[in-house]
Amino acid sequence: MTIDAATVRKVAKLARIAEPEERLDGLAHELNGIMKWIEQLAEVDTRDVEPMTSAVHQTLPMRDDVVTDGARPEQVLSNAPRADRGFFVVPKVVE
Amino acid sequence: MSELTRLTLSGALDGLRSGTFSAVELTRAHIDAIDAINANLNAYLVTTPERALAAAAESDGRRAKGEARPLDGAPIGVKDLFCTEGVRTTAGSKILGDFVPPYESSVTANLWRDGAVMLGKLNMDEFAMGSSNETSAFGPVVNPWRAQGSNRALTPGGSSGGSAAAVAADLCLAATASDTGGSIRQPASFTGTVGIKPTYGRCSRYGMVAFASSLDQAGPITKSVKDAALMLSSMSGHDPKDSTSLDIETPDFAAFVGRSVKGLRIGVPREYRIDGMPEEIARLWEAGVEWLRAAGCEIKEISLPHTKYALPAYYIIAPAEASSNLARYDGMRFGHRGEGGSLTEVYENSRAEGFGEEVKRRILIGTYVLSAGYYDAYYLKALKVRRRIADDFEAAFSQVDAILTPTAPSAAFPLGEKQDDPVAMYLNDVFTVTTNLAGLPGLSLPAGLDGQGLPLGLQLIGRALDEGTLFSLAGVMEEAAAFTARPQFG
Repeated sequence: MTIDAATVRKVAKLARIAEPEERLDGLAHELNGIMKWIEQLAEVDTRDVEPMTSAVHQTLPMRDDVVTDGARPEQVLSNAPRADRGFFVVPKVVE
Repeated sequence: MSELTRLTLSGALDGLRSGTFSAVELTRAHIDAIDAINANLNAYLVTTPERALAAAAESDGRRAKGEARPLDGAPIGVKDLFCTEGVRTTAGSKILGDFVPPYESSVTANLWRDGAVMLGKLNMDEFAMGSSNETSAFGPVVNPWRAQGSNRALTPGGSSGGSAAAVAADLCLAATASDTGGSIRQPASFTGTVGIKPTYGRCSRYGMVAFASSLDQAGPITKSVKDAALMLSSMSGHDPKDSTSLDIETPDFAAFVGRSVKGLRIGVPREYRIDGMPEEIARLWEAGVEWLRAAGCEIKEISLPHTKYALPAYYIIAPAEASSNLARYDGMRFGHRGEGGSLTEVYENSRAEGFGEEVKRRILIGTYVLSAGYYDAYYLKALKVRRRIADDFEAAFSQVDAILTPTAPSAAFPLGEKQDDPVAMYLNDVFTVTTNLAGLPGLSLPAGLDGQGLPLGLQLIGRALDEGTLFSLAGVMEEAAAFTARPQFG
């Protein structure tokens, strides 16, 4: 399995990163190098092995479903690229 | 530099307790040292001298009233991965730019609760993705060490390179750091400092900028084993704001330093004797074995058969988690916002302009391995290999109490040397990444110098939650190694 420019274009789109056309071949080459090195995992026998999703042997704790924080609009907006009267200002999303 | 900055954390706390000097004097000495040489090292991205002096004055007040806390008056540095209320936090990235957190990370809050004084924020690889500090958007940190007869700038390692360089150059008594694949231990090894990545869940991840959440863990970089124990006891503790934080008591880790290690069984894993390992590292590893044998430990060769698959598995799991975690940087609520004709273009341009090359590379890999058709072949496979690696350790720990390995496959290398070869750079973490995958504690301590006069570290790996044994073993090794060499800067 090799990664070509078209694959990079698709993945970059999925990742929402603008990659100019002239970079796609170079990136494909780099990613191929890394993925080729990763392919050695195929050597490991993983039949009947449970995937390990957490390093902690505990069940997730539960808590009461109550509000613990909030009502701090100034702090929430303090790093916004654009804000106006208590709201984030974002590009138009509905035509 | 001032004698005060030469002190260890525990030495400085002794001096504060006996009234030999004040917290303000101690803090002032560190601020002066930073002013004198930080420009050469690029370790601090932000310094907070006024805040530090005010905190030190408060600390002196508490001590005068007999209300001193465990780390009261100790000036420390904070990796720029930890959110600090009111103080810019960038994680080494342009995309966070001028982000000023309105809240404090739990780890740093614990340190301030215990009286520590913040000197500033320390440089790092962007989002902790790197082993040389060269991916920082703010330029690389320079290692205070130089090879004998050379003036070439060396990497302090990464990603906690700013933390390691600042501690090695006496620009703070200790520093916070974080470790996803080796980012505490490899820089510690490269700078002649001590670093410990505790058991996953020991330190809260709340307020720590996320890279790979199932692997990220905070820990300290310090000048001595006892200092690491003091810092870790303060940094640790259950936090309801992090669902993976362990609800257990934090031991007094410093009490383990100086304890006898007689009768402990130490494993030496044969798979860590990799091809091309420099002779000096192999010899130092052997010396470490002898120090522990002389202290009454029983040495056993063990096998961790899946070691060589740890890094490739990591380079699926960590980018996969990163691609998800870093999706939050979309230019809408905080951070850099680019221009664009549509919402999608704004997202794409914000991220293209804000992220550096290595971060983009990892997001692309992560997105690729999680995308339809590849999830099972790559991501699920890597999670199964991760289980095999954890099982290897579990089997080993039925025969031994701790494992001794080198920390890194080389000493500090020149800046620029490995930048164009991602896989060569990734191999820096070959000995450290296994413990992140298994969630186990790993400690690196300086064990000696190589032929060029550069520091080399050895790593101790322990059972989950058994940092105490690592501190006892490291204490014995520290004494045997008698590592007193100092870097050229600082």
